Amino acid sequence: MAEIVIRNLRKEFGAFTAVQGSSFTIRDGEFFMLLGPSGCGKTTTLRMIAGLELPTSGQILIDGEDVSQRPASQRDIAMVFQMFALYPHLNVRRNISYPLVSQGMPRAQVQAKVAEVARILGIESILDKPVGGLSGGDRQRVALGRAIVRQPKAFMMDEPLGALDAEFREHMSEELRALHDRMKATTVYVTHDQLEAMQMGDKIVVMNHGVVEQFGTPQDIYDHPATLFVADFIGSPSMNFLAFEGHAAAGATSVSLGDTAMALPELQEAATGSLVLGVRPEHVALSDASPYRGRVIATEYLGTTQIVTLTTAHGQIKARTAASQIAHPGETVGLALNPRTLSLFDATTGRALRTAANAGVHHG
Amino acid sequence: MSAYSITEPSKASKWVAGILVTLYMVITLLPLAWIISTGFKTGPDSISYPPKVIFSPSIEGYVNLFTDRTRATPEQLATMPPPDNFVDEIVQRRGEVVTGPSRFGERFLNSIIIGFGSTALSIVLGTLAAYAFSRFKVPLKDDLLFFILSTRMMPPIAVAIPIFLMYRQLGLSDTHLGMILLYTGVNISLAVWLLKGFIDEIPREYEEAALIDGYTRFQAFRKVVLPQAATGIASTAIFCLIFAWNEYAFAVLLTSGNAQTAPPFIPTIIGVGGQDWPAVAAGATLFLLPVMIFTILLRKHLLRGITFGAVRK
Repeated sequence: MAEIVIRNLRKEFGAFTAVQGSSFTIRDGEFFMLLGPSGCGKTTTLRMIAGLELPTSGQILIDGEDVSQRPASQRDIAMVFQMFALYPHLNVRRNISYPLVSQGMPRAQVQAKVAEVARILGIESILDKPVGGLSGGDRQRVALGRAIVRQPKAFMMDEPLGALDAEFREHMSEELRALHDRMKATTVYVTHDQLEAMQMGDKIVVMNHGVVEQFGTPQDIYDHPATLFVADFIGSPSMNFLAFEGHAAAGATSVSLGDTAMALPELQEAATGSLVLGVRPEHVALSDASPYRGRVIATEYLGTTQIVTLTTAHGQIKARTAASQIAHPGETVGLALNPRTLSLFDATTGRALRTAANAGVHHG
Repeated sequence: MSAYSITEPSKASKWVAGILVTLYMVITLLPLAWIISTGFKTGPDSISYPPKVIFSPSIEGYVNLFTDRTRATPEQLATMPPPDNFVDEIVQRRGEVVTGPSRFGERFLNSIIIGFGSTALSIVLGTLAAYAFSRFKVPLKDDLLFFILSTRMMPPIAVAIPIFLMYRQLGLSDTHLGMILLYTGVNISLAVWLLKGFIDEIPREYEEAALIDGYTRFQAFRKVVLPQAATGIASTAIFCLIFAWNEYAFAVLLTSGNAQTAPPFIPTIIGVGGQDWPAVAAGATLFLLPVMIFTILLRKHLLRGITFGAVRK
């Protein structure tokens, strides 16, 4: 198992820059998520780590060794593809043993390894079947089997659950995470599904337009988004943005939103002009005592909670409240924002201002 | 699951379809049947009027095909020892003696060497080129592909004279190698275009999985892409073989003594001692066999090849 260091990685396809200057470190044994919308460069990044694409510039270090320009076959990495890419002309057993055969391992040893992997994944009964007729889940397990049988330095997974239906995806994601916890293998996992990334990942890199927007633990990324893009991309419903013109001074513990002063974590830098105050729906409470007002326009009942949509002087806002709280459309209510969890963004750069709360967060 | 439903055709339309297919079959197979049966007729039977459909079979045609003969006077025949095999018997009954084997066997072998040789070469080059065009960033790819296709835009025989002169200069005239290269040159455009289509359909992930599993690019090509492309290779091979096997014009022009193939040879049989239709028909029948056998051997792939890519998985 290995640590993977990415330094200023860049990939151009002709005039198009798919990845520009990414840097991050994947620690040994980490379950690492590359998250972003389609076309953001996450798959290209993964393919560069695996050696299926060579970077235009920058470095990839696996266990301290620079492998940037080496072919995939010399990197000792395994990969699970989105469409599984099982060799269709081989049966399950030969699919799983394929990476071992390439190393010239003696047949008896190959058989023993395949049997062991099949036992771990619970696919002993289908070993001699052709891969053509397998169900999605079994294909997934065979693809995993082919990846883990070699005990490589790291696993690359390119949306491995994307081809499964929703119900089964849940089950497989638990299985995957359990497998990872048992093997403690460094895993790089590409997904566009923010829930999947939050559930499974130890660390997440959020990418957009080829740029790393933020790099951190799921908690950091959720609570302290480094940019407006991350704040918007993560969470469902996503973070509320209240846009306003104003001034924020270093050391201040509140900003003026119109005539209301909003308390927030102590600012460590100043900004003037177009600002955006970000707040998660669950940190908005309906409270008549609050001077900041909003008018209810819709409610969405979700069982234990509800989503209340309101209009304010600074745009629309969604609040997640207890389902028991009564809110009628048309009513004007007070809104209390939890000060500890507020983020303040500079609207022109899209960057979150440094505060006492997000001081340790890595920007891209 | 697809949302399409296929309605069971009505009984009447099945009948109509059946009759049409049968008619078509009769029309296409009748000449073949006539050739095959003519091969087993005697000379007079083959040109009798009205034509004979029922006749007593004879292998005279095949004997004539494989032998060179000369007419002998009854006195000469009387001095000869009695025939000790069926060939001599048939020939002597007609007042002829065998002077030696004919060149048909040799010509047939030439056809096999040149036909299968050029097919193999077209497939090897075509597969490699198609793979490169399908997978790699080849500079001027579209122009190159168009150029390859453009070699098909005129009948090959249009360049017969330059090729004739070139081959004479290069010493390739009337050689097996020359004919193999020529037929490969004509077939390669077909092979590259057909195979590129097939290889484009094979997902790249298979090779990428193999690359990651520790195989080199060439190993991945050989062990993963080739088995996948088998249907395409089989159907392309059949098309290439049919062309090279049937080619007549260049064969007449460029070959004579050494590398002559069967197509220019078969018509020359007619000229030997009257119009020997049974021998011609026998030659044509044997000539049909290799392509037929090759096609039957590969038919499973061929059928899959024809529908390849037509069905969304």
